[in-house]
Amino acid sequence: MLKIGPYEFNSRLLLGTGKYPDFDIQRKAVEESGTEVLTFAVRRMNIFEANQPNFLEQLDLKKYKLLPNTAGAKTADEAVRIARLSKASGLCDMVKVEVIGCDKTLLPDPVETLKASEILLNEGFIVLPYTSDDVVLARKLQELGCHAVMPCASPIGSGQGILNPLYLKFIMEQATVPVIVDAGIGSPADAAFSMELGADGVLLNTAVSSAKDPVKMAKAMKLAVDAGRLGFEAGRIAKKDYAAASSPAEGMIFS
Amino acid sequence: MELIINGEAVTIPDHIKTSAALLNFFQLEEKVVIVELNEAIVAKNAHQDTTLSAGDRIEIVHFVGGG
Repeated sequence: MLKIGPYEFNSRLLLGTGKYPDFDIQRKAVEESGTEVLTFAVRRMNIFEANQPNFLEQLDLKKYKLLPNTAGAKTADEAVRIARLSKASGLCDMVKVEVIGCDKTLLPDPVETLKASEILLNEGFIVLPYTSDDVVLARKLQELGCHAVMPCASPIGSGQGILNPLYLKFIMEQATVPVIVDAGIGSPADAAFSMELGADGVLLNTAVSSAKDPVKMAKAMKLAVDAGRLGFEAGRIAKKDYAAASSPAEGMIFS
Repeated sequence: MELIINGEAVTIPDHIKTSAALLNFFQLEEKVVIVELNEAIVAKNAHQDTTLSAGDRIEIVHFVGGG
């Protein structure tokens, strides 16, 4: 069970909703993923085309918690403004604080992320900041009262997987709140690896939405997250330099 | 009256005087939209009582796909 603030989830996979080929594929992918948390962005509406379909309107909101992000924000003030708008929908009180500090890498601005998180916590939001793999920053965010920390595996949308498992492990080992590996996941192996390291959850988008078959990949990610978590709970064996036979040395027919 | 909606100047009929009427005009009243008037959020239950003036800056936003 994944607990974030007051909420409990059976699934440890959080899914983004961007860049799917179409709503039909997206709906099937969401179902196959087993996710209970969907991220969204907040954007200006095209008021002259009000009848354009919107994915959110096709969802059974009793089945999913919405996790709006503050993507597009470059300062704490901008992130706070977006977060307040999302909450004013009356549909959600969680927010993924995402304050980008570098256009090329899309890595977060740690100072502004911290500032925005503090303001939003004071306003009663359930705050899940997107962060780098900096253990000190993660600690400061959790000390502020953030309900989870979400370090990236590698740059957003890059599909490079986990570049620094050691630093992610540092974050997980000192964490007092859930750690959700967010961004950079490319394959089911990356998702399973995240969970084996000790992550409480994985948030991904592009790896599913841009896969050749998003629906199949959504299922693969679900299985990977489950397998990784089970493996973590079961406790992997230590690595040894030399072989250790699995079959008994006694009772050989040659002796 | 002219308003700045989502960053663009838009002329709306003069009988539209409230945020609720504006949403109705654009057929958005059943949609999941959030309105900001001069950078202050209009609460869901306050649209009827929120009057608009010429030159007001209005943001009408919604949820779109994102990660």
